[in-house]
Amino acid sequence: MPAFSLFHYIQFQLQQSYSVNLLSKRSVKMAFPSKEAQIKTFLKSMFDEGLLDCQFTQIQALQDANNPDFVNEVVTLFCTDTERIITEMNKFIKLNSYAVRLTGSSSSIGAARMKAACVDLRRASDDESKERCLQALDAMTREYCLFRNKFHTLMQLDKGFIGMDANQQ
Amino acid sequence: MEVTSCSSKPHVLAVDDNLVDRKLVEMLLKKSSCKVTTAENGLRALEYLGLADEQENALESNESKVSMVITDYCMPGMSGYELLKKIKESSATKEVPVVVVSSENIPTRINKCLEEGAQMFMLKPLKASDVQKLTCHLVN
Repeated sequence: MPAFSLFHYIQFQLQQSYSVNLLSKRSVKMAFPSKEAQIKTFLKSMFDEGLLDCQFTQIQALQDANNPDFVNEVVTLFCTDTERIITEMNKFIKLNSYAVRLTGSSSSIGAARMKAACVDLRRASDDESKERCLQALDAMTREYCLFRNKFHTLMQLDKGFIGMDANQQ
Repeated sequence: MEVTSCSSKPHVLAVDDNLVDRKLVEMLLKKSSCKVTTAENGLRALEYLGLADEQENALESNESKVSMVITDYCMPGMSGYELLKKIKESSATKEVPVVVVSSENIPTRINKCLEEGAQMFMLKPLKASDVQKLTCHLVN
């Protein structure tokens, strides 16, 4: 049985998301919005969809002229760490401690839906229900891919604008 | 950006096994004008403080004196609680304030740490206002 390949799973998800690029449809009918405006709109939608919570605002606020790439750096660190952990989780060894760890890092970065999915996974693992663990692991992986794909789109725009905006809630 | 002398900035040792949390606490502390050293586990933290078993003189082992330690509670191997105990047991470091952070709000855990001499117990995720609360007392 081939080993689970998170890399291929993510690549597949990315291909799916490129075909539904919400920005390209709008540009046909109206004047092309500035990159800054695109990023603001995109981020707002992530907050509205519950993908991000106010902790992410804390992360944005740490980016400044001295640390112009902080958001990108910490999100990249989070993604690399998470992918490694998800791969290990699929071996079903130390699932509980990995779930605790991932709950912590997704909470620290403000990835709200991912954090909720990790909490479910941890509960399933505490209850020692293999079926629920499989479901919860799958749900959490999907939330991670959604988060990662959104950021991938965002980083393709000018990353200088992802820092804190005074008007942003 | 000018480099200020070591003695004017508080020096904080931040201990956490989680990479993302380490990066976050480091940046939060730097924004609060602290010099930061990070450690990925309790053992590394003890080594830095000069308290590891094979080290004899604590004061010779670090470049600039640590004004505060912030440690995560849940770490593999030595927990934040065990690290707190070791810091408080040594005459060289018992006066150093230790703050314990955790993602879980468990009263028995909190009380245990406070009884052992923790300055404060804070909940994760850490925010700028949390760190400002901790560091405003350190600037002298």
